[in-house]
Amino acid sequence: MTELAAISLLATYSTMAVYTLSFILFAVDLALRSDSDAGVLPTRWLRSAMALLVLGWALHGFATITRGLAASRVPWANMFEFGLTATFVLVGVFLGLQLWRDVRFVGAFVSGFALLALGIVTVNFYVDVVPLPPALQSYWLVIHVCVAVLGTGFFASAAALSMAQIFQELREEGKVQGRNWAFLRAFPAATMLESLAYRINVVGFVLWTFTLVAGAIWAERAWGRYWGWDTKEVWTFIIWILFAAYIHSRATRGWRGRSAAILSLVAFSAVIFNYSIVNMFFKGLHVYSGL
Amino acid sequence: MVSRSSSDESGIDISAGDRVAGQPADLAADNTFDEPGAPHKDRNRGAVLNPKLGLVGTGRFVWRLLTSMRTALVLLVMLAVAAIPGSLVPQRSSDPNGVVQFKANNPELFDIYESFKLFDTYSSPWFSAIYLLLFVSLIGCILPRIAHHWRVLRQDPPAAPKSFARLEVNTDVPAPDGLEVALTAAELALRRSRYRVVREGNTLRAERGYLRETGNLVFHVALVGILFSVGFASGFGWSGQRIIVEGQAFTNQLSSYETFNPGRFFDEQGLEPYAVQLNSFVPEYKLDLVKNSWMPIDFTADVTVTDETGSRDAVLKVNDPLTVGGSTMYLLGNGFAPVITVRDGDGNVVFSQPVSFLSQDANLTSVGVVKVPDGLTEQLGMKGFFYPTATKLDSGALTSSNPNPDKPTVTFNVYTGDLGLGGGAAANVFELNTDDMKQIAGNHTDVKVVLGLGDSVTLPGGLGSVEFTELRRFIGVDIRHDPTQLGVGLATAFAIGGLLISFGTRRRRVWVVGKSLAKGEILRWGAQSRSEDPGLVGSVDRIIEAAATRVR
Repeated sequence: MTELAAISLLATYSTMAVYTLSFILFAVDLALRSDSDAGVLPTRWLRSAMALLVLGWALHGFATITRGLAASRVPWANMFEFGLTATFVLVGVFLGLQLWRDVRFVGAFVSGFALLALGIVTVNFYVDVVPLPPALQSYWLVIHVCVAVLGTGFFASAAALSMAQIFQELREEGKVQGRNWAFLRAFPAATMLESLAYRINVVGFVLWTFTLVAGAIWAERAWGRYWGWDTKEVWTFIIWILFAAYIHSRATRGWRGRSAAILSLVAFSAVIFNYSIVNMFFKGLHVYSGL
Repeated sequence: MVSRSSSDESGIDISAGDRVAGQPADLAADNTFDEPGAPHKDRNRGAVLNPKLGLVGTGRFVWRLLTSMRTALVLLVMLAVAAIPGSLVPQRSSDPNGVVQFKANNPELFDIYESFKLFDTYSSPWFSAIYLLLFVSLIGCILPRIAHHWRVLRQDPPAAPKSFARLEVNTDVPAPDGLEVALTAAELALRRSRYRVVREGNTLRAERGYLRETGNLVFHVALVGILFSVGFASGFGWSGQRIIVEGQAFTNQLSSYETFNPGRFFDEQGLEPYAVQLNSFVPEYKLDLVKNSWMPIDFTADVTVTDETGSRDAVLKVNDPLTVGGSTMYLLGNGFAPVITVRDGDGNVVFSQPVSFLSQDANLTSVGVVKVPDGLTEQLGMKGFFYPTATKLDSGALTSSNPNPDKPTVTFNVYTGDLGLGGGAAANVFELNTDDMKQIAGNHTDVKVVLGLGDSVTLPGGLGSVEFTELRRFIGVDIRHDPTQLGVGLATAFAIGGLLISFGTRRRRVWVVGKSLAKGEILRWGAQSRSEDPGLVGSVDRIIEAAATRVR
């Protein structure tokens, strides 16, 4: 079984290499498009970048599945595995979105973020396959963490769009100008970006609601109460409230646009904080980082 | 009248426009309730033209400010921020030992934090104030919306705007077979797409997606339901903790619990009589070769439950609680309970029972206390360590190298004197105050008390002897009765249902006007969505096409 884990780790490193190439090509595409006058249209580098991303994603999927096989369970029982699966889902959400809308313009962000996140979790949080402690032996591990991973993937994609929206809005208002920002011509208008980010965040919000509820049901079975203000529960609640605020902000005059986008980014930062800092440094019942 | 198409937008729904905001500028621009018969129809005039508000006016102003979307938004963000300190500072509710430790480490900071109720963040006045205001704001928003939606549901779709120029969809379609035929086909096509349609002369008014607002309101009412369920039912709940040693039974009565937290309306008669006997507890550990540490794999407690219906065997595991007598029993802890026997100088047994030792690390090095108040010439107290697999460190101290009892060993420091049990206050069975006692054996004395299984040692001065007679295990259980679960569960189900329905539904309005122009007869289609709805154009196109195909 350890050979499988080793194969998984090898595939993870290969994934990172392919993502790196993909990220570079995404960046080259943006750079070329900001250079030429007719640069609004995608260059051929974009197609190569997408092809590499798909290849990387396939490797990533292989790494995730072999990790699960090596452990004979779902591959999300500790921090490393959660990171491995969450970045896989993030890239998957991004690729899936292409079937619905052309959002390749945030490819540089998504591939870069996935690469960075995968690198950090593999280098810093890697742990060998170990059996599940009794507290995690429940089918709720499959449900609760699976929806959390999916929600994180959607939130991350929306965060990319919200960030693009903020810069695009500044450019449209003439607050940022010049060649450094010319790549934004390749991006849709700020209102379009906002609408896309909003709808992806709504899907993330629904998934996060499921995370919260499934977590509460599991907590009742494992710890005897469905809600106890454990640090992880608190942060999951904070994230839920922040995204609820974001959704309401879109219906509030004076909050639409940049303020809403900032709220979306703040909420996503809370997701990252919850995964990293809370897991590693906060005391609580969710002590499953495996570190 | 431009505002017509958005005339019933009123709030929490992300599809709608602003809730009534507090500022006059917003009030002037807002058309929330300007439909005939809508509540507070004249409020704009009051707020804008008459700055001197009376008592009623001020109340109304404050109410409107509180129920505005902007306030709700600020309260939401405040709630998120206010929840943070509770994750940084140990909470009495979830980590009471952390609070004690914090006090010991930072006595000055402790007082400051305590004055802000930071150790009880989630029941503190300031946290409660935020969420209560939020819920008042929420209720103040949804009540008028429910009334409004109720009326809208029973009304026909609204009249067509005078000009279609501002609508998202605005197309003219020729009607070669005459207006009557075309309008009938259009009406049918709209109905097939589940629009509610009303025909008035040569005009069709159609609307669909009322479920969006219904789902939205159900979601928010359900949130209020969760709060009320917790608020009302939690007073009837209770929880208690208890240690059960192998071979012993727990009977469900108040005196059996080691700690008990009753709700406000708890009634002792509510504890249903039953007993749970622990037959055996079997843990399973596996050695992690990489970290060279033992990991728990499985905890299984075999129990016999006896209640009015008789006796039955059951299994209690982590993640698999036991439901008995209207309450639920959870396996939350376990450890070793060596049976310690103390004899007097003549060899008569004065104490013989399992003593629960609390584990301190992954290899179950545990600490425990024995108190023998009667039977000896002096009161006897012992503080001890238990090692499942005792191993000597280089320093000579003992440690446990394995959570399995391969070489079980108990060590004691033995004291005589006043155990301090006379005060009447319930003494903690896991603590021994040795202030009024004298050490007679153990570390730093001539008589070491290091006992393997079956070993005994004679205490100095003819006091008697101590024996490690038998090794048993214990489990720590939480027993709870939580009447909030049903209400919260139901309300949560409604909330999720409402959320899915609301986000999954598009509220759309379509108007079709038949016109006779110089170039011929046409149907003028106009459509508007009430929310983020990029699919509007495509969906209306399909309806137009369906209507046209039907004519041919």
